[in-house]
Amino acid sequence: MKSAVIVFPASNCDRDAAVALEAVSGAAPHMVWHGETDLPPVDFILLPGGFSYGDYLRSGAMAARSPIMREVIKAAHNGTPVLGICNGFQVLTESGLLPGVLMRNAGLTFVCKTVHLRVENNETLFTRHYNKGDQIAVPVAHHDGNYFADADTLKDLEDQNRIAFRYVDNPNGSQNDIAGILNANGNVLGMMPHPERVIAPILGGTDGAAMFESILEAVA
Amino acid sequence: MKARVHITLKSGVLDPQGKAIEHSLADLGFAGVGDVRQGKYIELDLTETDPEKARADVTAMCEKLLANTVIENYVIDLDA
Repeated sequence: MKSAVIVFPASNCDRDAAVALEAVSGAAPHMVWHGETDLPPVDFILLPGGFSYGDYLRSGAMAARSPIMREVIKAAHNGTPVLGICNGFQVLTESGLLPGVLMRNAGLTFVCKTVHLRVENNETLFTRHYNKGDQIAVPVAHHDGNYFADADTLKDLEDQNRIAFRYVDNPNGSQNDIAGILNANGNVLGMMPHPERVIAPILGGTDGAAMFESILEAVA
Repeated sequence: MKARVHITLKSGVLDPQGKAIEHSLADLGFAGVGDVRQGKYIELDLTETDPEKARADVTAMCEKLLANTVIENYVIDLDA
């Protein structure tokens, strides 16, 4: 699998993502700087976690307008799978690839802990190695993870089965306990929790590995 | 020309920071303060001198970057 990890100023989960991708697929991803205007030909793009541009203006707002994102948006529209984790999810909503917005956590505090997610849709290229209803343990680490969208958007997400993961015990006030959502075509997933941090027992968990195995199988 | 942009949360969007400010004001003894909403204020110096064009430019800036219109409204003031 040929993959790319986009690196923004103050991304800080880009190396974790690269390690996870290489561990599962056997191939190191291209690390692509945000200022690039060309994306190498890849089967999969990952937008990592972090605090791109210091969360200035709004989390993900600046990164979503960076030069490389024009190419990411083009690739997403052409069907290339794109996964945004944490800040990457914020960048996806700010870029318009996913609906809604990630607001300040309802409790106002930074939440950093392992949470349980329920797999709501396992018929996606990101989740096919899970079973529907599986509860998986995945860490969250964010200040702005409180998913908000208008009522029509929420209804579409529910009706079209585009909520991939829900929190079992909502840590941030997200509407409908949303932890991760898909675009209408199913090739873009944004999620606040960090599957790349739980891919080996030495990291404290393995529940994230199935996501990378799913992607690997889907693009093979 | 100077443009001043106020960005505020739309009504109905929960504002946890505004709520926290409200609670702090109450703790400081300021009674009778309700529904605190916080927002952003951005100043821009523009070389454009035509107010109509300047307003169109700043509106485009708000739509593309300065505001997230899913949750935010913006108001633009211009002075020559």
